[in-house]
Amino acid sequence: MSDTHRKKLAQRFREFLPEQSVIDQPTSLAAYECDGLSAYREQPLLVLLPENIAQVQQVMRLCHEQRLPVVSRGAGTGLSGGALPHAEGVVLSLAKMNRILQIDSLSRLAVAEPGVRNLAISEAVKSQGLYYAPDPSSQIACSIGGNVAENAGGVHCLKYGLTLHNILALKLVSSEGEIFEIDQRNLQTEGYDLLPLLVGSEGMLGIVVEVTVKLLPIPRCARVVMGIFDSVDKAGDSVAAIIAEGIIPAGIEMMDNPAIRAAEDFVHAGYPVEAEAILICELDGTEEEVSSQIDLVEKVLLKRGATETRLARDEAERLLFWSGRKAAFPAVGRISPDYYCIDGTIPRKSLAAVLRGIRELSTEYGLRVANVFHAGDGNLHPLILYDSSNEGEFEETEELGSKILQLCIHHGGTITGEHGVGVEKLGEMCVQFGDAERNQFHSIRECFDPLKILNPGKAIPTLARCAEFNAMHVHNGELPFPELERF
Amino acid sequence: MPSIPVLNLEEDLATQVAAVAATGAEVQIIGGGSKRFYGEPMEALPIDVSAHSGVIDYDPAELVITLRAGCKLSQVETLLAENRQMFGFEPPCLGADATIGGMVASGLAGPRRAYAGSIRDFVLGAKMLDGRGKVLQFGGRVIKNVAGFDVSRLLVGSHGTLGIILEVSIRVIPMYETEKTLAFEHASADRHVAWINELGALPYPISASTWVDGCSLLRLSGSAQGVDYAVVQLGGDTVDSHWQAFREQTHEFFDPDQPLTRISVPPASAGIAIDNPQMIEWGGAQRWFRGELDIAGLRQQVPGQGIGVCAYRGHAAEVPVFHPLPDTTLKLQRSIKSSFDPAGIYNPGRICPGL
Repeated sequence: MSDTHRKKLAQRFREFLPEQSVIDQPTSLAAYECDGLSAYREQPLLVLLPENIAQVQQVMRLCHEQRLPVVSRGAGTGLSGGALPHAEGVVLSLAKMNRILQIDSLSRLAVAEPGVRNLAISEAVKSQGLYYAPDPSSQIACSIGGNVAENAGGVHCLKYGLTLHNILALKLVSSEGEIFEIDQRNLQTEGYDLLPLLVGSEGMLGIVVEVTVKLLPIPRCARVVMGIFDSVDKAGDSVAAIIAEGIIPAGIEMMDNPAIRAAEDFVHAGYPVEAEAILICELDGTEEEVSSQIDLVEKVLLKRGATETRLARDEAERLLFWSGRKAAFPAVGRISPDYYCIDGTIPRKSLAAVLRGIRELSTEYGLRVANVFHAGDGNLHPLILYDSSNEGEFEETEELGSKILQLCIHHGGTITGEHGVGVEKLGEMCVQFGDAERNQFHSIRECFDPLKILNPGKAIPTLARCAEFNAMHVHNGELPFPELERF
Repeated sequence: MPSIPVLNLEEDLATQVAAVAATGAEVQIIGGGSKRFYGEPMEALPIDVSAHSGVIDYDPAELVITLRAGCKLSQVETLLAENRQMFGFEPPCLGADATIGGMVASGLAGPRRAYAGSIRDFVLGAKMLDGRGKVLQFGGRVIKNVAGFDVSRLLVGSHGTLGIILEVSIRVIPMYETEKTLAFEHASADRHVAWINELGALPYPISASTWVDGCSLLRLSGSAQGVDYAVVQLGGDTVDSHWQAFREQTHEFFDPDQPLTRISVPPASAGIAIDNPQMIEWGGAQRWFRGELDIAGLRQQVPGQGIGVCAYRGHAAEVPVFHPLPDTTLKLQRSIKSSFDPAGIYNPGRICPGL
């Protein structure tokens, strides 16, 4: 795209956007080249930062008229390349729309512009004894609009649900620049329930411009117990055993030995570095409830082979126990020049088998893998350690990641639990779904965006792309896991 | 209770649908027939899906059950109860033959909906037949899954207009250790609504609320310690539970000989000025009115988003059952219907003309 074209187009947007809301200088555009998946980069034609809904509508009308691809972007913390720019299109950043518009403590809801940070909502309502439950690990930085686009999860979703479960209403701008709303504050749906289509649609069905979230009362009490294990299998069994007792922990996280070591070196949370696995289990509710449940959890952990359990004595120690888990990613970053975070979900009963499979793949590829995961909902985050300065190592890493995801499908799971497909997992989408389902996805997309200008090339692979992916991954005439039903 | 019958009619149903699609005819999907009243009447060829039955997968420790859609809801609930589990959304049967497919298609949930979530919130995956007779499968059997658009949840409340639901995977929850119901005198609807919404901001284990005949009932569910603590804090009189009667609408408020209207509002909304007998559920969001009402007039009074007037049962045939959709919404929804069912063979006009 020529520079004159860029300048001309920028001029068109400046007719209705403030000067500083249109970025066309290559040096400034560089900041938007990638999201949290920095291995993929692209320079957009322009970056636009509208300040209100009317401006978003104007932007969309012009993009629609010009058939310009539009990549919407929140805080850019996504891990699947969903906000990777399109070389021939614009990045529509919602970062300037960052006000909380309304807090209604009686109705227990807050209305936020899309650029509001996830954690800022909970901070704003804390004095009223309320909070917003979904807490992706990027919650300090990630935006609520991005959370909606990705259906973000977090450590507490087993008990409190994903973003979808905590949204009451959405206001969006369509690809044609029209406003449309989904309002479920009354807990009913008129006609089809479009909320589950829109939440997690990765910016392909509309631009989220206002989000009404559900607020919950802050639990009176939260306590954490750590279970220490000499085998990953025993830790995995313990998770199922706790749930079989009828307990839904607020969070239950697992780390394997490489992850424990990395985290302990980094934050000194008192983790046992010799352990093969630890479970961090948090319970919340009233004090009476939590103390009775925590006793039961300790008993289950020991019965299932924990070598030791540790109960956080106070709030400071609870936060310390969590600090290692929350810092696991940067901790792994310290022991390896680069790491790549994978996001698959499996039925809990397959935990041990999948971890064994990952170990075998890790050996086969000669790449170390540290595992941290949301054990309660079977959501794995294997971190592949690699060095991008070694020729070909990133490609090897991607291939290993893809194999891990296909292993998840093989065990009845899915290729993404909470990070989204983006550009990263387009190939694996061809394994998870068949042509008929992908065609249906494309048809749904066209209902919302007939010109296909919203985030083109993401989330749903084309048939041609799948043909190519499957051709590349056929060995000796067989697809990986040939016995697998292809849906 | 007999065990759940196992019969796979997937191919048979696909053949039937493909044949119907080829002739350009229309079909109405029949399950247990328990929720026939809930939607517009149809005059299409009946296609009975209730024999397509069987538990595909149920491992209680996974908190997920996968079922063929013809499974009887009552039998599934028995199976779950044997494992001390249940559906979080407390679905009404409204008839002995109610099926899982009908439960999902109608989207009707019971007293716990306001606190535990809707059917939509618990559906994880589905297999369906589209309007071309093609089998499609979406979602999965795991709790967290963001691969592809979430079509399985779109099917909830679609009234069979997008296709035949063949199988569905649903998250289940453990049964509570204990439940208690408290009663409080509240003379007016407004008093109840203010009270129940103020309570909502406090961390009590509330699992249902209702207001009828000047009395608020509050159900607390959870661990014995948590419930007992709440009982002490809240006061009120401990009473026998009526929740099954509210869930199945067998409580005397629901006189089957009189029309029933459901008005859905944001929970903390002020009282609706209607003189008919009223019952309030779902923390204020679901308000039932018994007796004749001017539905069209009501719908004109409450335009805009956030309020829905449903001519739930027993109204004149010419009154649309569901609150009419704005034109732009209807256009989008019709295009979604067409994407699944291009010739419009399934449950024509069940929701409204064109849907």
